Amino acid sequence: MKAIKPQVGHQVGRSLPRLEAREKVTGRAEYTHLMQLPGMLQAKILRSTVAHGRIKSIDTTDAKKIPGVFGVYTSDDIQTVIPDPYYGPAFHDQPILAIGKVHFVGEPVAAVLAADPHIAEQATQRIIAEYEELPAIFDEVEAAENKVLVHEELKPAGTFADLKHLKGRKGTNIALDFRLRRGDVDKGFASAAHVFEHTFRTQKVLHLALEPYASIADYREDGVTIYSGAQSPSFVRTEIARLLSWPENRVRVKVPYLGGGYGGKLYIKMEALAVALSMLARRPVKVALTMEEQFYTITKHPSTFRIKSGIDKDGKIIARKCEVWWNGGAYADVGPRLTQKSGFTASGPYDIDNVSIDSYALYTNLTPAGALRGFGIPQLVWAYESHTDMIARALKRDPVDFRKQNLLHDGRPQATGTILKNAAIEKVLDRIAERLNWKKPFDRGQGVVRRGRGLAVALKAVISPTTSVAVVNIAADGSATLYCSTVDMGQGSDTAMAQMVGEVLDMPAESVRVVPRDTDVTPYDMGTLGSRSLFHMGHAVRLAAEEARDKIAALRRELGEPEGSNAPLGDLFRKKYGMQAGNIVGTGIYKPDYIPPDSSGLTTNATPFWMVAGSGVELEVDTETGHVRITRLINVADVGKPINPKIVETQLSGASLMQLGFSMFEKMHVDGGQITNASLADYKIPAIHDVPPVMENMTVDAVQDNGPFGAKGVGELATFGVSPAIANAIDDAIGVRLTELPMTAEAVLRGLYVKNNRPLGDD
Amino acid sequence: MRSSARTINFTLNGRSVSVNVQPHHNVVEMLQAQFALFGARESCGQGLCGCCTVLVDGRPLSGCLYLAVFLDGTEVVTVESLAPTGKLDPVQQAFIECGAFQCGYCTPGFVLMTKALLEQTSDPDDEQIRDHLSGNLCRCGAYPEIVNAVKLAARKSKAGSTG
Repeated sequence: MKAIKPQVGHQVGRSLPRLEAREKVTGRAEYTHLMQLPGMLQAKILRSTVAHGRIKSIDTTDAKKIPGVFGVYTSDDIQTVIPDPYYGPAFHDQPILAIGKVHFVGEPVAAVLAADPHIAEQATQRIIAEYEELPAIFDEVEAAENKVLVHEELKPAGTFADLKHLKGRKGTNIALDFRLRRGDVDKGFASAAHVFEHTFRTQKVLHLALEPYASIADYREDGVTIYSGAQSPSFVRTEIARLLSWPENRVRVKVPYLGGGYGGKLYIKMEALAVALSMLARRPVKVALTMEEQFYTITKHPSTFRIKSGIDKDGKIIARKCEVWWNGGAYADVGPRLTQKSGFTASGPYDIDNVSIDSYALYTNLTPAGALRGFGIPQLVWAYESHTDMIARALKRDPVDFRKQNLLHDGRPQATGTILKNAAIEKVLDRIAERLNWKKPFDRGQGVVRRGRGLAVALKAVISPTTSVAVVNIAADGSATLYCSTVDMGQGSDTAMAQMVGEVLDMPAESVRVVPRDTDVTPYDMGTLGSRSLFHMGHAVRLAAEEARDKIAALRRELGEPEGSNAPLGDLFRKKYGMQAGNIVGTGIYKPDYIPPDSSGLTTNATPFWMVAGSGVELEVDTETGHVRITRLINVADVGKPINPKIVETQLSGASLMQLGFSMFEKMHVDGGQITNASLADYKIPAIHDVPPVMENMTVDAVQDNGPFGAKGVGELATFGVSPAIANAIDDAIGVRLTELPMTAEAVLRGLYVKNNRPLGDD
Repeated sequence: MRSSARTINFTLNGRSVSVNVQPHHNVVEMLQAQFALFGARESCGQGLCGCCTVLVDGRPLSGCLYLAVFLDGTEVVTVESLAPTGKLDPVQQAFIECGAFQCGYCTPGFVLMTKALLEQTSDPDDEQIRDHLSGNLCRCGAYPEIVNAVKLAARKSKAGSTG
């Protein structure tokens, strides 16, 4: 008898609601910050009050006397269980608790454990730490002069072969310098009809996930289990195993849902401290930070970007020189990687024969900086798309036409020398221009309120090379379970991965179980970062599902099923094993090809896929107050073929709103190394009234040929173009050019006064 | 930390409860520690983000600022009460259909605020929705979808009450 299987239909391309939606709207979704273990102690941290200093003494006597305090710990205690307690993804430079010196205000100096967090908190206030203050450095450009040194010696991790030459280097704050030389930039400038040079700056901002950083460690003699709001569980496992000199299989990292990540929860954050304290206490220990403490954990890189372009008489950009200084704060985190990878595309989405790029990762005495939704790209686009617009305006060229004349196209070498492929830059630009009715006249207004419009397009080379592994397990009733370590922090990865499994196995995505990340169970993944997961893990998941599908087909043949039979899977298992028993397991491993850049920064294979996006803005400027009201925000991206169009749209929308905050008002104010607005009361993030009345989020018709089901990554895309599109629109409205973020009403008003030759003083 | 616990009585999600609380404990701590309810959660700790929202006598309050002892004699509703039999509330259903969240950490707060709004105004316009939700933050930026969800929830609630 021939069983008829229902047609399930395509799973890829469905706008399926998130698989975990029910858990989230009922308040039942699991987050580390909310987790409790039996016998758990809570840690509270004493943090440095000085930006740079030698620790003279730490007196914990009074703190230990408080009833209910389990213990008070400094680096001396940490080193009894972890002798070399330095960690980090690129450099092993960050101690679990400060050793000898403190390097930024807010650096963890001591920790208190108590069952009651109020008691632990009270006890931290009774610890007396004394410092001998040292000169500190805060500005990234000044840091490059090496007059004040943050670290005596550089300590690159062994993880990255190309950092080994920096090991033991002394007398410098430069953690890494990336250098790219293509053609002859000086010759280009010499033959140019016009040369423009501008400098742009970005400010210190932070991820500010609403679930603050949290890790729980439960140490036992035979192994440690870590629960953590972490974006890279596999890295946490490797790094903790290294710190303990243990094999990886004694370290288990479990990651529930994340209450936001945005790059902040990457690599290793609170995990090492939680493990060390659990080792000392022999009890489960939770390190759950407050909102304020997030300001002392990790931030985005402030940057200074000096950019110079040479234009020939026909308006072609023939030379571009880029110098970028990245303010990495006191510990390298992933800054050196960001410095290099973003350096690849610092010259923008333009076809330029002569390019010179110097990108410097600097240590300063500030909260460390790491990845934040864009991995450096938003800072670069801010500069190069403002610069490009300024050139167009100076040359009296239409900003869209000028860009189109200079755009990179598929088949042409990008600055690194890698040939551009599947990068729909022109389509994205055209669509933004079309949505803005760019060719039609635009009413800029006459009175107090002036109107303007602007746009920007951007290119990113996705980080490479990285590896993802996935397992698809078919149970004896035919149901499928996916094991992968991609972390769903709100981007909808669980749903997208289930859709890919469903597509291959011809089953509804809703029926696929996605196992929460657990390194004892879910295989290796480099990390949920840089918009890499849908592509890399997507391939691994596809391969795993295909292997399972092939094994099912083999089983059908083995059991003598006629060709084309679609007997239910459960029947096959029963026939094979005599009962509902057995499994079919498919595995998939994906790592793209990559050729590291040579000493000139050139490579023929910089990335497995190019990310392309842009934004268009219409706005109003009140010329009496400087207030800017964004009336329309358009985000357009090339995502290949979307796996889940609705989730793609909300990712674009959300990313652009986050960048709107970074563009218009977010800023960590630093005074002598002290952050003076470390709370949500003083640091404003976008709220519902900040949403522009009209928002459009769309993708262009495109296919990523080497992507899983034609798709590629999305998460960061709509952060790229927002800031320069706004600056360009402000210039369009009132003729004031802002070169520093954020673009506050005060900055706009000051610009207007300067324009009218009446500059305002600093009071 | 010397303190004297106090016994308070209140109605929690429709049931009468009696509990000993410390004077310095806020509503979120009490709900989590004594009732294992984690839908209201502290984020900013300053009453500015709305993640800790609970309804007290029908009014939304910031559970991270409101002291637990103040709940004596009140009627408290948390997000956990909205789907008592497993069937989602129209507001929850609307949030799912509109994709009105990403990471989900702020979602219980938005859901409860929407419940409170629709109690007062069955058919709110965009401006009323935005004003009502201006004290709730979503770092993932799902605001446009949230506004859509509130409008859909209003339609669903109406259809439910008339049909």
